[in-house]
Amino acid sequence: MKLITAIIKPFKLDDIKEALEGVGVKGMTVSEASGFGRQGGHTEVYRGAEYTVTLVPKVRIEVLIEDERAEEVIGVIVGAAQTGKIGDGKVWAVPVETVVRVRTGERGAEAL
Amino acid sequence: MDSALNSGDTAWLITATAMVLLMIPGLALFYGGMVRSKSVLNMLMMVMGAAFVVGILWVFYGYSMTFGTSSGGLIGNFTEYFGLESLIADNPEATTPPIAFVAFQMMFACLTVGLIAGAIADRTKYAAWMIFAGVWASLVYFPVAHWVWASGGWIFELGVIDFAGGTAVHINAGAAALALAIIIGKRRGWPKTPMRPHNLTIVMLGAGLLWFGWFGFNAGSALAANNTAAVVVLNTMVATCAAAIAWLVVEKIRDGHATSLGAASGVVAGLVAITPACSAVSPIGAIIVGVLAGAICALAVSLKYKFKYDDSLDVVGIHLVGGLVGTLLIGILATDLAPAGVNGLLYGGGADQLGKQAIGAFAVLGYSLIVTAIIAFIIKAVMGFRTDEESEAEGVDVTEHAESAYELGDSGGGGVFAGVGHAARSKSEEM
Repeated sequence: MKLITAIIKPFKLDDIKEALEGVGVKGMTVSEASGFGRQGGHTEVYRGAEYTVTLVPKVRIEVLIEDERAEEVIGVIVGAAQTGKIGDGKVWAVPVETVVRVRTGERGAEAL
Repeated sequence: MDSALNSGDTAWLITATAMVLLMIPGLALFYGGMVRSKSVLNMLMMVMGAAFVVGILWVFYGYSMTFGTSSGGLIGNFTEYFGLESLIADNPEATTPPIAFVAFQMMFACLTVGLIAGAIADRTKYAAWMIFAGVWASLVYFPVAHWVWASGGWIFELGVIDFAGGTAVHINAGAAALALAIIIGKRRGWPKTPMRPHNLTIVMLGAGLLWFGWFGFNAGSALAANNTAAVVVLNTMVATCAAAIAWLVVEKIRDGHATSLGAASGVVAGLVAITPACSAVSPIGAIIVGVLAGAICALAVSLKYKFKYDDSLDVVGIHLVGGLVGTLLIGILATDLAPAGVNGLLYGGGADQLGKQAIGAFAVLGYSLIVTAIIAFIIKAVMGFRTDEESEAEGVDVTEHAESAYELGDSGGGGVFAGVGHAARSKSEEM
């Protein structure tokens, strides 16, 4: 079992969700995030005073998937999230020890 | 018995009174949007609270101090209209009821004190502010309004033109704001920590309400439904448009973008500057007043970074500077074609009027600065003027008023976490 986490540009969320559903992914968790990478922030001006906004708004997607499908799902996310411009985000996967479906108590792949 | 009452004049004066009242919540929203979300309620409460206090004082002695029989041009007779009982009877000889003028002028006093609050956002003890509001109105606004507007007041008798309050309202409040910002001190972290406006939508709404109400403020000051009021409405409109454009042009050149906050600020700067001048200039003159006020105020709001005083919402840069621009320009741009009937420098009137305008403007500036400083030092020594460091960090909405303005986040009231970690308890159940 793997937990795949993707930090993406917010406007790409719908594309990624559709792409994942298209390959049979059954669920995901989405949250708002902010942070910085190579993209850096942007500058705002209020009555002549400049403010640098260093944390950029992003969306974090989390998907649980069987080990053998992890590479495929990462590929799908990257494909859907890519614009080729700076700030497209990151995707990573980490091993997961246990997963339990709360309703039934099923474990492992059955719980997905 | 025939009554001299003019129903048109009376209707306009009462309508204008209500329009000026609307400027108070307008100002509260204009300021409230510019502070951070953790102190917006405090800002609304400072502006509204000043009006509550001053409205009451007006009945007891405020009107008497301002419009009572003058002692040496300096102050009206305190007790002359105590309680206003002597003014509520029908006066068949008056074209408008005397109490209508009392009510109209009351709104000016209520609004002027609130203007100062913008200089001391995010960090002021509410009780100290409410006491300041009453004391400042009594020692600064009532006397200065007497000088400027009362028959017998020394600035009025000197021949200074201040139709609706460039000196008595804007220079007066702006100078007080400068004194308070310096004495109360800057917010912790200013200017290094970003303190961005939290809601520019309500800033624009507030500016719009101010603009509407200002037609009552300026044109109502004609005290009649006549040609003067109509000229004033037009001049007020065009000066405001010109100032907003001028502010945006300065921003576009200096910062690269025309901003919504700049537009709202330009609107207010233009309204401030045309306030004293609206009866004295032609429509072209009003446009020039607006252009100069918009451009000069757009530059003046940067002074606080140079001189390191935290005038949080630029009361100095807009009201003091805008008030000075408008008051002084009368001496240059006044034309005797306008209702005030005076020629300024450009219209062949010489420098005489300009000299008078300068005396009026700087007398009010100096008096307000000094007396406000004395009041502020005393309140600071007796009860403290600002909240402690922790309250300032947490936000004065919670620490001064036990409220928060918005419940929009995940952990707030409306979302999926509704009620989690919250417990309701009624004070009345414990009694």
